[in-house]
Amino acid sequence: MWKWLHPYAKAEDSYALAGKLMPWFLILTIPSFIIGLVWGLLFAPADYQQGDSFRIIYIHVPAAMMAMGAYSAMAIAAFIGLVWQLRLAEMAVAATAPVGAVYTFIALFTGAAWGKPMWGAWWVWDARLTSELILLFVYMGIIALYNAFSDKVLAGRAASILTLVGVINLPIIHFSVVWWNTLHQGATITKFEQPSIATEMLIPLLVMIFSFATFLGFMILYRFRNELLKREQHRAWVIKLVHAKERG
Amino acid sequence: MAFTSFSDFIAMGGYSFYVWLAYGASLISVIVLIAHSVLTRKKILKQIRQRILRDKRIKAANDREQIL
Repeated sequence: MWKWLHPYAKAEDSYALAGKLMPWFLILTIPSFIIGLVWGLLFAPADYQQGDSFRIIYIHVPAAMMAMGAYSAMAIAAFIGLVWQLRLAEMAVAATAPVGAVYTFIALFTGAAWGKPMWGAWWVWDARLTSELILLFVYMGIIALYNAFSDKVLAGRAASILTLVGVINLPIIHFSVVWWNTLHQGATITKFEQPSIATEMLIPLLVMIFSFATFLGFMILYRFRNELLKREQHRAWVIKLVHAKERG
Repeated sequence: MAFTSFSDFIAMGGYSFYVWLAYGASLISVIVLIAHSVLTRKKILKQIRQRILRDKRIKAANDREQIL
């Protein structure tokens, strides 16, 4: 049943497939980003307690969610790469880490800019904030480890192992607001009850989450192709591709 | 619409600094990520192109030596 997947384990076909998928992710990202942004910034009503400062939510929450989503995807790729020794999966790990790191940075930075007016502090050593900071360090560790080895087979394996070790941080981040007394508020959407946010605020937020997700997909595909070109540069298919680019 | 005028929108109910700081920093981060990805691609392609040319030159030089 899954045999149709098999040819994509070939680097050349993966490169072509990623190239074919990229425009679709971009087509989904751009309109949803514009709609979500305009809706969130202009049309969503101001919060009754936080006023207009709550509009930071439209980047803070999508970035934080997708930073963890990216990590989950990366961990699955790392597992596949280690178990089935698929180089392509390891390249996916290397492609995902920088994007996840940027998302984590955005979540932390926007959180600080939101914390200052609401809590009176840019930063507190609260469980949610600290575990999110650790996520950033784990991402940076994975990037550094992958770049530290010139032998990319070894680099991919080391980075994948570190990725799997870092998975422990994901439930800690998610449940940090439950397990500890935090200044950071609890879950608003990702819980079993009704989301505790007004619908007219929730819809643009969901649109932005969707937009951040598709942009994540786009960037991963783009960087995955970079990784493929770099690692396969001596192969005939890459040389053929470069020649074709020069002609056309 | 939550705002009555453009200046009202920029003011963000008194939170303009924090809101625009958050949005601005996020925008810059994303631009840096895109630029890095695009430049990396260009660098890789350039390196491959240079290597192909070098291999050609080496091959040509070897062929010439054999003729001499």
